[in-house]
Amino acid sequence: MATVQDIEIRDPAARVSGAVEELRDMQGEKMVLNMGPSHPATHGVLRIVLELDGEVITKADPDVGYLHRGDEKIAENMTYTQFIPYTDRLDYLAPLANNVAYALAVEKALGIEKALPPRCQYIRVMCCELARISAHLLGLGAFAMDVGAITVFLYVFTEREKIYNLCESLTGARFTTSYTRIGGVSRDLPPGWTDQCRQFLKEFAVTLNECETLLTRNRIWVDRTRDVGFISKEMAIDYGLSGPNLRGSGVEYDLRKNQPYLCYPDLEFDIPIGSVGDCYDRYLVRMEEMRQSVRILHQCLDKIPGGADNQTKEPVNVADGKIVLPSKDRVLSGMEDLIHQFILVTQGMNVPPGEIYFGHENPKGELGFYINSRGGGTPYRMKIRSPSFVNLSILSALMPGHMMSDTVVILGSLDFVMGECDR
Amino acid sequence: MTALESTAKLKARFGDLISEPSEFRGEITVQLADAERVTEVCSFAKKELGFDYLVDVSSLDNYGEDPRWTIVYHLRSLGSGAELRIKTDVSEEKSELPTIIGVWRSANWHEREIYDMMGIRFRGHPDLRRILMWEGYPYFPLRKDFPLAGKPTRIPEVAFTQTAPLEGGPFVTAPGGKDAIEREPRVRTPEA
Repeated sequence: MATVQDIEIRDPAARVSGAVEELRDMQGEKMVLNMGPSHPATHGVLRIVLELDGEVITKADPDVGYLHRGDEKIAENMTYTQFIPYTDRLDYLAPLANNVAYALAVEKALGIEKALPPRCQYIRVMCCELARISAHLLGLGAFAMDVGAITVFLYVFTEREKIYNLCESLTGARFTTSYTRIGGVSRDLPPGWTDQCRQFLKEFAVTLNECETLLTRNRIWVDRTRDVGFISKEMAIDYGLSGPNLRGSGVEYDLRKNQPYLCYPDLEFDIPIGSVGDCYDRYLVRMEEMRQSVRILHQCLDKIPGGADNQTKEPVNVADGKIVLPSKDRVLSGMEDLIHQFILVTQGMNVPPGEIYFGHENPKGELGFYINSRGGGTPYRMKIRSPSFVNLSILSALMPGHMMSDTVVILGSLDFVMGECDR
Repeated sequence: MTALESTAKLKARFGDLISEPSEFRGEITVQLADAERVTEVCSFAKKELGFDYLVDVSSLDNYGEDPRWTIVYHLRSLGSGAELRIKTDVSEEKSELPTIIGVWRSANWHEREIYDMMGIRFRGHPDLRRILMWEGYPYFPLRKDFPLAGKPTRIPEVAFTQTAPLEGGPFVTAPGGKDAIEREPRVRTPEA
C-alpha cells in the first residue's frame, strides 16, 4: 500500500517575486504572441496578446468582445418576459441559474420577491444548484483536460448528460431552458422527477469521488496548479472577483449566505474557502461547492412543500393576474382573465418607476442585474453585471511572471464563459 | 455600519454635494452633485466607511434631458454587507469625469465599457480603449439615439456591420401612437 505523502507548499508570494528577480537578470528580446480568439484553452473566444521573454510572460493584454450581441440594448426594446430566453445565452453553461437570477431581479423591481410561493422557491433553488453542479463539472473537466488529464473530461460529461436529461424533463429543453417566468416558473415538477434527481445525486457522488481520486493528490496535477496564479485576498477584492474565485482567495463571501434570497436561509450548507489563493485552491473550492450543492439538493427534495407530486396543489406562481399569465381555461371563460392575458402579452407587466440592483450567486460568481424602470413593460436601462467580465479583468495583473505553459492553468482555474463576459 | 449611517457620514463630510438618501425596495441611493468630486467621495467611502468592494459601474442615457448622462456606482462592504448606490450626472457637452481606478482597480474594465457603449470619457484612465466593440468602430451603440437595428459601417480588413432586418420581429406595444409601426419601439429610429 502506498502511504500518503505530505506535499510541500512554498510561499506563493515569494515565488512570484522570485520570478520577477530572475527575469531582471536575463532580460532579452521580447516576443509578442497572440493567443486566441480561437484557441481550445480559451474556452470560447477570448484573445490574449502575450508579451514573452523566453518562456516567461512579461505582459498580458486580454481582448474581449468577440461574442458581443448587445443584450443590454435588446433588453431596452422588449418586455421583461421576452428577455428571459436571452438570459439562457449569457452563461450558457448554467442557463437555469441565469433564468432564476433574472426573474428574481425583475421580481425585486416589482416588489413581489417576498410573495413567491414556497414551492416555487424550492424548485428555483434546485434549478440553481443543478446548474451549479453542471457548470462546475464542465469547468473542472475543461480545466483538467487543458492540463493534460483527459479522463476527467469524459467522466464529468457523463454526469452532465444526466443533468441535461433532468433539465429536459423539467423544462422541455436540454440547453436553452427559459424555465422561469416573472413571478414563478413555467411549470411544476413533472411526475417522477424527484426520483430521477435522487438517482442522479447517488450516482454523481460516486463519480465526484472518482474525479477527486484522479486529481486531488495527483502529482502532476498538484505540480501544475499549486502556487500558480496566486491571487491575494486584497487583490481579489480590489479587482472585484466574485464566486469561487473570490472564495478561493480566502474571502468568505457568498450571496446565498450574506444576502440570502429564495429559501436559502432554511437550508444548511457550508461555504468553502481557499487558504492560499492559487489555482489548486480554486479547484478545491469548486469541488467542495459541488458537494454542498448535493447537500442542498437532498434537503430541497426532502422539504419541498407539496412533496414530489404536489398532492396538496401548492401554487408555483404568484397569485397576481397582472404579473403571471392566467391559465388557459380561465382565459377562455373569464372576462377579467382575458383582459389580464391581453395586457400582459401586448404591454407586459407594469414595473413601477425606480431602480434596483440584484446580485445572484451564479456558478461563475455574482450575476447582477441593474434595472432602471420609468414605468411600463420595458426597462429604461438594464445593465448586466457579469461575473466572467469582472473576473477576467484581473488577467493583465495575474499573468506576468508566469511561464507560458501556466496560461492554460490560470485560464482554466478562473473558469469563465465568454457568452456572459461579452453579453 | 448600515447604508443609512454611511450616507449620514458622507453628508457630514461633503455637505450639500451629497443629496438626501432615497430608498427604493430597500436600496439606498444618493446623488452626488458634482461629478468632478467622484474620486474623492469614492475614496472616502472606501477608506472611512468600509465600502471595500465595487460591485458595478453603469451608465444611463437620459435622452432628451439635461444633463444627458448619469453614472451609477454600486458599492458594497464585504464586512457588514451594506450596499450603497452613488449617482452623478454629466452633461453631454462635457461627457467626461474623473476615473476612480485609483480607488478600486475593478473600475478599469467597467469604465472602458461605459466609454465603449455610451461615449463618456474617464479622465486619468490609463487605457481608455474600446472593449466590446472593435477599435475604430464609429458609434456608441447603447445611446438612446442609436437604432436597435444598427448602422452600416465598414473598416476594410477589420470588420463591417449592416443594419439588421427587424420587420415582423417580436412586438412590444407602447401605449399611444397612431399605428403599429409608431407604437413599435423596435422599428423606431430616433435619429431619422
